[in-house]
Amino acid sequence: MAKLHVSTTVNGEPLEFLCEPFETMLDALRNQLALTGSKEGCASGDCGACSITLDDRLVCSCLMLAAEAEGREIRTIEGMARGGRLHPLQEKFLEQAALQCGICTSGMLVASEALLRKNPDPSEEEVRFWLAGNLCRCTGYDKIVRAVLETATEMREAAQ
Amino acid sequence: MNIVVNNKWIGQRTIRPDGVDKVTGRAAFAADTTMPGMIWGKVLRSPHPHARIRSIDTSKAEALPGVKAVVTSRDVVDFPLDKSVMLGIQDMRWMCRNVMARDKALFPGHPVAAVAATTEAIAAKACELIEVDYEVLPFSIEIEDAIKPDAPILHEFNKFEGKPSNIVGTLEHKKGDIDEGFKQADIIIERSFTTRPVHQGYIEPHACLISVTADGKATIWSSSQGQFMVRAMTSMLTGIPQSDIRAIPAEIGGGFGGKTIVYLEPLATLLAKKSGRPVKMVMTREEVMRATGPTSGSKSTVKIGAKKDGTIVAAQGTFYLQAGAFPGSPIRGAAGCSFAPYDIANVLSVGYDVCSNRSKVAAYRAPGAPIGAYAVECVLDEVAESLNMEPLEFRLKNAARQGTKAAHGPVFPRIGYIETLEAAKTSPHYSTPTGKLQGRGVASGFWFNAGGESSAQVNITEDGNVVVTTGHPDIGGSRAGIANVCAELLGIDYRRVSVIIGDTQTVGFSNLTGGSRVLFASSMVVTQATEKVINTLRERAAKIWEIDPEAVKWENGAAHPASPNAGQFEPLTLEQLAEKAPMQGGPIGAGVQLNTQGADGGFGTHICDVEVDIELGIARVIRYTAVQDVGRAVHPGYVEGQLQGGVAQGIGWALNEEYIYRSDGKVDNPGFLDYRMPVCSDLPMLDTILVEVPNPKHPQGVKGVGEVPLVPVMAAVANAIYRAVGKRFYALPMSPPKVLAGLDEPVQQAAE
Repeated sequence: MAKLHVSTTVNGEPLEFLCEPFETMLDALRNQLALTGSKEGCASGDCGACSITLDDRLVCSCLMLAAEAEGREIRTIEGMARGGRLHPLQEKFLEQAALQCGICTSGMLVASEALLRKNPDPSEEEVRFWLAGNLCRCTGYDKIVRAVLETATEMREAAQ
Repeated sequence: MNIVVNNKWIGQRTIRPDGVDKVTGRAAFAADTTMPGMIWGKVLRSPHPHARIRSIDTSKAEALPGVKAVVTSRDVVDFPLDKSVMLGIQDMRWMCRNVMARDKALFPGHPVAAVAATTEAIAAKACELIEVDYEVLPFSIEIEDAIKPDAPILHEFNKFEGKPSNIVGTLEHKKGDIDEGFKQADIIIERSFTTRPVHQGYIEPHACLISVTADGKATIWSSSQGQFMVRAMTSMLTGIPQSDIRAIPAEIGGGFGGKTIVYLEPLATLLAKKSGRPVKMVMTREEVMRATGPTSGSKSTVKIGAKKDGTIVAAQGTFYLQAGAFPGSPIRGAAGCSFAPYDIANVLSVGYDVCSNRSKVAAYRAPGAPIGAYAVECVLDEVAESLNMEPLEFRLKNAARQGTKAAHGPVFPRIGYIETLEAAKTSPHYSTPTGKLQGRGVASGFWFNAGGESSAQVNITEDGNVVVTTGHPDIGGSRAGIANVCAELLGIDYRRVSVIIGDTQTVGFSNLTGGSRVLFASSMVVTQATEKVINTLRERAAKIWEIDPEAVKWENGAAHPASPNAGQFEPLTLEQLAEKAPMQGGPIGAGVQLNTQGADGGFGTHICDVEVDIELGIARVIRYTAVQDVGRAVHPGYVEGQLQGGVAQGIGWALNEEYIYRSDGKVDNPGFLDYRMPVCSDLPMLDTILVEVPNPKHPQGVKGVGEVPLVPVMAAVANAIYRAVGKRFYALPMSPPKVLAGLDEPVQQAAE
């Protein structure tokens, strides 16, 4: 079967790629576009390590076909820092030791950023349920939840 | 020595050296690397739990366009069964058969062949074309089935009590006279427990990329807990000398013990050698769950006798642990650690290593110790209750301390167990009342901790900054701790210290990241190497000032005259001395290689509050405090992280995680949806109390911290559930159906 031609936008940059009809967005990101920040932990949508946004909506890129990116806007962890400046969530994860091995970190940050865009003032419970699709086996989530809550507070204060 | 330490960085929450790479997606984990000409490897796995392999025909697979190489056990170096060849704690007889089945397949998922092809799809198709003629054999998975007299035997050569058996090893720790001890007891409680196999659950599946050149030199990029382990095992299983294998440690996406052995590397090396192309292999989650090491399921009986005044006079434990396909279950941890927190005159602790037809166990965080502690700490709770003693007071009365002889051998040096009990007792958590259907449990735990071989190189760059190279993969932030130690000694900003994990051909031998040894051992070698560097710097300053090196002290990143008598000189900074180095004797740097000693065991005490939904059987942890003697928290953030992570894993083990087997012997829940690890919304904040009783045998007082935090958790949860609902559970996991069934029991009995 012939490969499909896809025109899309990734992290603000227009680009094109060829993919198999059955290829996932995660595989296209990792294997065609050299964007290996999104990780494969399960390939079944259970771990969230491959989290990206599709037109601002949080999705598991392992559950999305690469061809579905046609005409849409994708954001990945690689697009989170702007012009060499870390996003406040990235800064806070480092300050708070909210990562250990780091394999879930890309997905956690993408998911957390999507949360704060939608809800700039989440409760602890809202953070915990929003991130329930992102598995972390190292941290017990404590420092991750604290980092997200503190970032939310600081971003709200900065916006005032 | 003339080094002035101000404790500016030790104990600080500095930013980890590898941090920015990990929050921006740049860090290269094992599956993130590619090479020109790279092809893909896939493993064909046995569908049967137990089968003799009569023959394997790979000809159709080899003929498929795109297939570049096929390997079977014929290609793997054989280690005959009659002679043990140990590498660390692993026996290569089992390792060679675990990476590729030889005469028998011993679990569903056992590799029988591997293929490399131009695409993953072609490699998978080729696996389907391999014809394996199996003679299917009867199998057993559960311990009670595997130790029955008529059980199907996995390894016919193994004898126990003179007969072929699946009991492949025993271990006994004895202290005093157990029968005499029980005679002195006013109260004796004996209970039996079971636990299910649970997986380490690292989010990153095993992966590697391997290139072998025409002259036989191999380069391995892989995710493991030890690049030297990867090199040694790959060398032994492929016949390539270690000097020709460069094992490069990729960033590792979690291990918890499960990446202390090889699965893919020897196969990818053989495929790369045969095909002449770089070969990448990445396991699926399902392969990880079916074919890599969970820890043992277990069956144990614990009997404890105490006097009315609360003195424990005798303790006996019998622990059967499921090894899986090959010998090696962690009976040492179960039998050795479980009674270690207590000063008991008479102890008998026995472990049995039982083979059965499921994947071979791999280490999991304090291997065996959580299984033993679960049983012991639950019985202790019952003994305390029978004696009307408060559970922490009961533990305090019997606590091990300096001079206590442990049943597993050592006489304890200065330890901090009592301090953990005191800190738990006075914690705000412990005095807060619990509500309706809530309960509070406590439990303690011990882990041996390890020292062992480590190497480090500390080099001063030409511009006066520092590069430290060590040889252990950093799983949880150890580079941050190393940067703190080196910056502290040099008296410079920690951001001037770059910490690198070297590959096998650029840094000296360093043992595994395991046994809670990394910061203990690496800060020891880094300290010695940094001290050598500082001596060189003092000598250089002395030479420039034309005074004795002993008259030079090192403080705040510069050489100073040690006293006014030494003369009046402007300090010489690290940058200045680095600049002058070419004229004053050349490059500045030092390497140290040691077999580190003095890693004494660690103790922790946990407090757990649960709330039980009696309609649904859901036990929910609502508050948790882990107290641990950590020696010295060089980077408190990552020390707390170790405690919190261990607790989360323990809560999963206690409440949900288990391997479920179908009647055909296959794992029925080989994915994250059905193998239910704790998610963010399952847990509360996990509080920690770091007790610091410095290790006198370590330059910074460091003790291992990574494994202890898993040990007490299941018992703390079980004891809490009992306090909440008045029902004790003797089997893990205490998942909703089991809790519900347990809560229904008295009602059913009443109705009979």
